[in-house]
Amino acid sequence: MSALASPGYNFAYLDEQTKRMIRRAILKAVAVPGYQVPFAGREMPLPYGWGTGGIQVTASIIGPEDRLKVIDQGADDTTNAVSIRRFFAKTAGVATTTRTREATIIQTRHRIPETPLAAGQIMVLQVPVPEPLRWLEPRETETRRMHAEADYGSMYVKLYEDIARVGRITAAYDYPVMVNGRYLMRPSPIPRFDNPKLDRSPALKLFGAGREKRIFALPPHTPVKSLDFEDHPFTIERWAQRCQRCGSGESFLDEIVVDDRGTRRFVCSDTDHCETVLERRRGT
Amino acid sequence: MYVAVKGGEAAIDAAHNLLAERRRGDPAVAELDLAQIREQLSLAVDRVMAEGALHDRDLAALAIKQARGDLVEAIFLLRAYRTTLPRLAVSEPIDTARMRIERRISAAFKDVPGGQILGPTFDYTHRLLDFALAAGTAPVPPADLPAPAPAGPMPQVAEILGGEGLIEREAAAEDAPGDLTRAPLAYPAARDVRLQALARGDEGYLLALGYSTQRGYGRNHPFAAEIRQGHVSVEIVPPELGFAVEIGEIAVCECQMVNQFMGSEAAPPQFTSGYGLSFGGAERKAMAMALVDRALRARELGEEVLAPAQDQEFVLSHADNVEASGFVQHLKLPHYVDFQSELELLRRLRRDWSARREAAE
Repeated sequence: MSALASPGYNFAYLDEQTKRMIRRAILKAVAVPGYQVPFAGREMPLPYGWGTGGIQVTASIIGPEDRLKVIDQGADDTTNAVSIRRFFAKTAGVATTTRTREATIIQTRHRIPETPLAAGQIMVLQVPVPEPLRWLEPRETETRRMHAEADYGSMYVKLYEDIARVGRITAAYDYPVMVNGRYLMRPSPIPRFDNPKLDRSPALKLFGAGREKRIFALPPHTPVKSLDFEDHPFTIERWAQRCQRCGSGESFLDEIVVDDRGTRRFVCSDTDHCETVLERRRGT
Repeated sequence: MYVAVKGGEAAIDAAHNLLAERRRGDPAVAELDLAQIREQLSLAVDRVMAEGALHDRDLAALAIKQARGDLVEAIFLLRAYRTTLPRLAVSEPIDTARMRIERRISAAFKDVPGGQILGPTFDYTHRLLDFALAAGTAPVPPADLPAPAPAGPMPQVAEILGGEGLIEREAAAEDAPGDLTRAPLAYPAARDVRLQALARGDEGYLLALGYSTQRGYGRNHPFAAEIRQGHVSVEIVPPELGFAVEIGEIAVCECQMVNQFMGSEAAPPQFTSGYGLSFGGAERKAMAMALVDRALRARELGEEVLAPAQDQEFVLSHADNVEASGFVQHLKLPHYVDFQSELELLRRLRRDWSARREAAE
């Protein structure tokens, strides 16, 4: 299709029939927010667990005019983000960017950018384990029934048991959310810090789980509520420090051990955000 | 420190260059060519084709070479290639009763029509390292090699038992078999899809599960009624012709286990069966597959499902080594955002704990 794509493979690697099959699953997922749609996931030339679900979703929706950003742990320059960005640069010949604002599609693992997303942008999240009830019930037959009947009592019991035992909810990341008041969803392993960014976001969010062969979605403006109790409201991570690079006080911070005496340095996990703040500071 | 954690393009390129160098090994040693792998590491080729789910000896040899002999990696390479191939036709079922036999044994009967044929087996070799092989002197085949087996009729042992009604009758399914590469696995999975998953499944995993049934975790009293290896023809029916034409031959290994069955309300006491099929000479895989297939039939035969090997969600969800290898190894990817969340939570929990202790004192 594209002259830029690598010879021997279709544009964005997947054949058009497969893309159509995946787009059908995406449409269904958009129509039923938070519901996990099974799809016939393909083997990708990258290993399972390394973003094959997200890559298949991106490959199915990307066009030659798109501008792709890929992040892992919030950073554009982590090895796996580099590898996936290269994959699309090679197989689709699309333009890539590290700027959140400039991207039409953002594929991510474990983070949502600090820069608020805009209408028209699509975020593709890589998902290792899509089932929010999996650690409570290992059987797929059983969890599908629980979703069908909105039988989510066991999740509330789990959260209550956390509070009873240690005084707070112990889900540090991948914190369960209720989508549109109907489906319990795992937001993929993003930190709690990023959960509020999902609520009524103007951007489309697509979640792809390659190994587990599931796609789910949050269409723009979908209400997304992190589970909690009135007397134990949902909380996000907080740091006493600010980013030691850009000075930002409202971003998710990575903690870096800089010597063997335990000295820590805190910097933004979102590298584009960190750069933008620095540039703004230099400019003024 | 910081820069080292965030890898980047240069590091990836350097790693790939190093990998290529390691793959080649000492350049003073002659490089392997694909024909050598195909001909001399043929059982590795068979395994990679079976679990890679693609019958192509040359591509499997290439995958083995590229993967530095790591067969699970080679299987992944072949799978990732296979998934890009167009589907031109669906073959007719292969007929193993008409196999051009190279090996055929039955452990259930001392002799069977057509005879027992050992074929090229490790079975009765003494596992002594052959230093002559190391010296490069090929063993000389004895001059009086027996003539190839007569191509007489070789009925399947299960058919012999079937004549007396001693073994369950397996009816051909009416509808086209499922394909888990085109429709995601859904539970409960029917036997056709289960067999497909097992045929693509990891040999080591099936070996351990099959072994577990022999040690009492879902015991099903198996006998190797028949194991046969050889060549079968593959036929397709082109729609414009309307009749079957042979497009080639593949080597397969088939294992038919028969298992004791005490009968139920609906069925008289009889033997039941477990089935294994693999490419080439992957006999261990075919046997393990047959044991696990039989174990997975527990529910339909009215047996209690108690052991891991009888539990289809457990067995089938974890059989694929491309999935398993990827997900286990994804733990190498950075997880420092989640880890930071855990750290932050752990520090809070420790503060809470100390506060509670102080309050109590």
